Amino acid sequence: MMRLPHFRFQVPGTVDEAITQKHEAPPDAAYVAGGTDLYPNMKRRHQEPSVLIALHAIDELRTIVIEADGTVSIGATATLTEVASHPAVQTACPALVETMHLISTPILQNMGTIGGNLLLDTRCNYYDQNHEWRKSIDYCMKKDGEVCWVAPQSPRCWAVQSADSVPLLVAMGATVDLVGPDGERSVPIQSLYRDDGILYLSKQQDELLTRIHLPSPNGWRSSYRKVRRRGAFDFPVLGVGTWAELDSDGVVRDARIVLGGVASSPVVVEAAAEALIGSSLSAEPIEEAAQLAWKNGRPLDNTDFTLYWRKEMIRPTVRHALEDLASHR
Amino acid sequence: MRRPNPAGRLDFMASFGSAIEPRVNGEPYAVAVPVHKTLLEVLREDIGLTGTKHGCELGECGTCTVLIDGQPVLSCLALPAALEGRDVTTVEGLESADGLHPLQQAFVELGAAQCGYCTPGFVLAARALLEGNPRPSRAEIETALGGNLCRCTGYLKIYEAVELAAARMRGEPAEPTREMLYGAG
Amino acid sequence: MAPVEDQLRVVGTSLPKVDAVAKVTGRTKFADDLFLPRMLHCRMLRSTTPHAEIVSINTQRAEEHPGVVGVLVGRDLPNPYGILPVSQDEHALCLDKVRFIGDPVAAVAAIDEETAFEACELIDVEYAPLDSVADIEDALGGDDPAIHLYGDAHNVHKAIALEFGDVEAALIEADLVHEDLFFYEGNTHLPMEQHAALADYRPDDRLTLWSSSQTPHYVHRALATVLEMPASRIRVIATPNGGGFGGKSDPFNHEIVVAELSRRTGRPVKICLNREEVFYCHRGRHPTLMWIKTGFKQDGSITGMHFRSFLDGGAYGSYGVASTYYTGALQTVTYPVPAYKFEGLRVFTNKPPCGPKRGHGTPQPRFALEVHIDKVAEKLGLDPARMRLDHLVEPDSVTANYLKIGSMGLGACIEKVVAESGWNDRFGKLPEGKGLGLACGSYISGAGLPIYWNNMPHSGVQLKLDRGGGVTVFCGSTEIGQGSDSVLAYVVAEVLGIDPFEIDIVTADTSLTPVDLGSYSSRVTLMTGNAALQAAERARELLVRSVAEKWDVPGVRVAMAEGQVFDVQDPECTMTFTEAVVLAESKFGTIGTVGSYTPPRSPGRYRGAGVGPSPAYSYAAAVAQVAVDVDTGETHVDDVWIAHDIGRAINPVVAIGQVEGSVYMGLGEALMEEMTYRGNRNVVHHHPSMLEYKSPTTHEMCRVHTYLIEDPDPNGPFGAKEVGQGPLLPIPPAIVNGVYDAVGARVDEVPVTPQKVLAALKRKAKQEEPREGPKKALTFDWPDAIQVPPPWAGGDGRALEEGREIGGGGVRA
Repeated sequence: MMRLPHFRFQVPGTVDEAITQKHEAPPDAAYVAGGTDLYPNMKRRHQEPSVLIALHAIDELRTIVIEADGTVSIGATATLTEVASHPAVQTACPALVETMHLISTPILQNMGTIGGNLLLDTRCNYYDQNHEWRKSIDYCMKKDGEVCWVAPQSPRCWAVQSADSVPLLVAMGATVDLVGPDGERSVPIQSLYRDDGILYLSKQQDELLTRIHLPSPNGWRSSYRKVRRRGAFDFPVLGVGTWAELDSDGVVRDARIVLGGVASSPVVVEAAAEALIGSSLSAEPIEEAAQLAWKNGRPLDNTDFTLYWRKEMIRPTVRHALEDLASHR
Repeated sequence: MRRPNPAGRLDFMASFGSAIEPRVNGEPYAVAVPVHKTLLEVLREDIGLTGTKHGCELGECGTCTVLIDGQPVLSCLALPAALEGRDVTTVEGLESADGLHPLQQAFVELGAAQCGYCTPGFVLAARALLEGNPRPSRAEIETALGGNLCRCTGYLKIYEAVELAAARMRGEPAEPTREMLYGAG
Repeated sequence: MAPVEDQLRVVGTSLPKVDAVAKVTGRTKFADDLFLPRMLHCRMLRSTTPHAEIVSINTQRAEEHPGVVGVLVGRDLPNPYGILPVSQDEHALCLDKVRFIGDPVAAVAAIDEETAFEACELIDVEYAPLDSVADIEDALGGDDPAIHLYGDAHNVHKAIALEFGDVEAALIEADLVHEDLFFYEGNTHLPMEQHAALADYRPDDRLTLWSSSQTPHYVHRALATVLEMPASRIRVIATPNGGGFGGKSDPFNHEIVVAELSRRTGRPVKICLNREEVFYCHRGRHPTLMWIKTGFKQDGSITGMHFRSFLDGGAYGSYGVASTYYTGALQTVTYPVPAYKFEGLRVFTNKPPCGPKRGHGTPQPRFALEVHIDKVAEKLGLDPARMRLDHLVEPDSVTANYLKIGSMGLGACIEKVVAESGWNDRFGKLPEGKGLGLACGSYISGAGLPIYWNNMPHSGVQLKLDRGGGVTVFCGSTEIGQGSDSVLAYVVAEVLGIDPFEIDIVTADTSLTPVDLGSYSSRVTLMTGNAALQAAERARELLVRSVAEKWDVPGVRVAMAEGQVFDVQDPECTMTFTEAVVLAESKFGTIGTVGSYTPPRSPGRYRGAGVGPSPAYSYAAAVAQVAVDVDTGETHVDDVWIAHDIGRAINPVVAIGQVEGSVYMGLGEALMEEMTYRGNRNVVHHHPSMLEYKSPTTHEMCRVHTYLIEDPDPNGPFGAKEVGQGPLLPIPPAIVNGVYDAVGARVDEVPVTPQKVLAALKRKAKQEEPREGPKKALTFDWPDAIQVPPPWAGGDGRALEEGREIGGGGVRA
């Protein structure tokens, strides 16, 4: 049986307590919410934090509310199921509801949290393996080793961004609140991510992601499409998040297209989005955008499927995501 | 490389901490376990409820599914220390003095359990589905059971068993059809 | 005498399985559910290099680690073992060399699993690496060091050449000669239950081993050999298997290791493998490259066939010699092949060993043959269903390679799925992206010969009747989810006229139950069923004689049904079954009977004739309806219509479960399952996890329309033939043929991944051959074929050359 390494388990009751405990704990301490990403990693000895600061008892972190300005804000430890079944989210952003249902399995959606999904460890075939397996390849750069086996000449790690909610929320321009010992800040979600498989987050070690704010629900649409082998369990080998702001005549004023699962951070394909501006999301601009996205997506050989096929999938998947956008009410 | 170290052992003792008192199948238990033991391990090794099985211990198969406050979760990724005051239901908690739960009865009648190893997880996931949706469509059953792998049945007898149990739980006098028991044509 | 058909009350009825309630309530005790006082936990240290000499192993730090009670290395268990007598090439822990990543080199027993895990990390192993052998081509290249010092050529475990009739002449007679190259990727069983074993050695020199094994008898023999203990002091109990599919059919190193650790520590020792280790146990589907060349007449009949298979065997023998023969054995049992040549070889590579997975060695050649025929039908302008229907092997006939066919229901199967799927109106006529594919298959109902040479029964049953009316069946067979315990109950209940749920079943315990060879080769229903039938009839005879004497009527007037015994001519004259047992026990003493089963002798007498013969062959035909996305190459199977010639369904709902499960597993093999390794990093397994080994979820499963074709076979109990494996066989080729009908792309390789379909479609768009699959046939200096004239050429089952070994040779299974 795969078992967890030993750790001290702390259960703060408030955000302030959590920040203080984290600050006072050894540097390897970790926050844990649903645990669906961290615990498997710990069992495989990717991470062996000596202290876990569990967030489940902090009620304020779990709420989903409509703010005074009409925007929806989601507590980071709301489970994916809670996000998907909340009326405010269903009204504000049907695509986010659909995305929650595409993550892993219904059972894991009951455990995993939206904050945990945003901070999901980057993934790689050479990394997401048991300790014994990694020993037999002499480990890799991301943990215990020197080399990135995806690109052995590379000075950096190429582990891949694999959270489904990220391309969508980046496309939507959502923001997140981070609370640390030095106070609170609110940042665009895109700025959370760094293009590096190891240091994939810009968040400070002690900072706690507390809330996600959706944009004010007026005049925009969004969609998410996912490519994976099976209809459940699997991480995306490609995720496409799209967003468009339309005027009253249905003409696109602004748009964003974001690819997930192709690099260590979400890839915003600006050229592709520009092809949509001024259009009414008809077939021609959609095809042009899909083509431009295909040009800009460069997956590496670190997930299921061949990288050639994954790249080929960018075109039809972006097209489908934009067609969803066009057909949304 | 991971090396065992004495400090790890000290942590082990420190994390032994307070006893936990999980409520399992409506019964209060008091067990003293190290905090890093998952619910799966505690159920099987400390409480003696071996009906909960395991297939990967990494959240990749659904075999170890139990219900917490009626909702299916994976016991291999749940820590008892984080479940204070919550109700755990395992397969052992499904039957009552009146006999089998309708889902168990339907699984028996239709041969929906072959080797039976994934069965506890499926029965519990199905129970959670029927609690919230007494008349699920085939597609809804497929989706709800998408997090449980089975290598024996091809899932079809399981779907039929869930539908049969659902009908009976709605109070309908449902019986297996001839096609379910004897094949098409 | 068994009840006649119209009087059957249990057989043919869809009843629950006798163990169903235990399984749905969590009561069934699988191996890892067992806990004994003072029990230790075992972990094994495994090789991190694919091929190396072991220079040294130092276990001192592990032994000194607090909580460690015992440590073992290879020299502690020096005796070799292996499932087949011809390949005794395994050691419980590697002696001087490791042969794949995952090969165990040391083991620790400790107070808990964590301590054992920690101690394994404290064992220092020094390896001297050797070049590794990655695949078939690499092995045949001949420039890598030998993995084993035995075999038919350098890194060639086994090479076979057999010819039945003059194939070259037969090809000249043909109107069309067609040649194909196919590849079937390796895949694995992936039982939900990880292998587990618990050993308990007592100081009075008695050992008990509980294990999730499909073959406790073979484990028993291996333990006696390796531990050098009398078999009579060893008791092996196979716990119900949480899925087997062939993956728990070998004696395994971890079983021997916990037994020895228990002997050394004097305490019970348990091991439960983690999922990664289950991938290293493997024994699954051999990756197989196949070349096939067949001559056809214009009407679609075959004139002759030449078939070659190249199997990637992995690091050890396992069942591999039998697997290799099986890739050539059953091509002849569906459509007549007047002249047939088979050449097959199995190479050693530095990967976990391959062995028997559902269909053992036959899904690969069946895939090749059924796709090959689909292509030829198109070339000849024939409907693929019609072409098969017009050329079926006759019932009660003997094939070119001397397989004795009994009942043969393939025609009925094809007709059924053609009618139900609307084949005649829809094949070739569905819109672009949708397609229908048809394929057939056949499988053995148990092997005609045992794995090791002996003249004893393959299956034994003891029956105990007690004065309380209780009936207990004792049989060595192993319940792996297929319903084998239930079959025993149904058969005995039918004969004795009692309720099957009143019967106690004791199985898979080498001390309590007579030998049954195990749950493999689809042998259990036919063989244990026949043994149970015999034991039950003998018990019935004792009861009938006692009752007849009491009533003073001839025995033929005594009938038994529904727990009652009655006079057929005087319905008023009855007694309960219990009263009859009391009468019999009063007259004869304690009532116990035995039954046993030995398959009929096969007509083949040449070396290699041991693989293929069976008391009865099942047949199946399937039509798959697929949907292919031309933008992505993704294939989804919507429906499968499958008809299976089962002889008779002892329990139809259980049989349907086996059909549906076989379709599921065939679908996984056809679309996504791959047991592959990394060329760039040490031949390490690509993805030994449940997440990345793609096993179909609810979302991928198709609708299945099952039709049981019942044409009782004289060799089966109540006419029953197998159903556990055969229905898998037509599924991969039916799906692949369906993909061709849908989009005109030929993928001569499984799994049919989206990238392969897309590659074939791109070629099609460029007006190139719309095919994806293996490109290069491999060459090998084949031995001269053993010449065996077929029956219609005056052959008697023997090979031509005098002086060559005849009479079955050493190879069976």
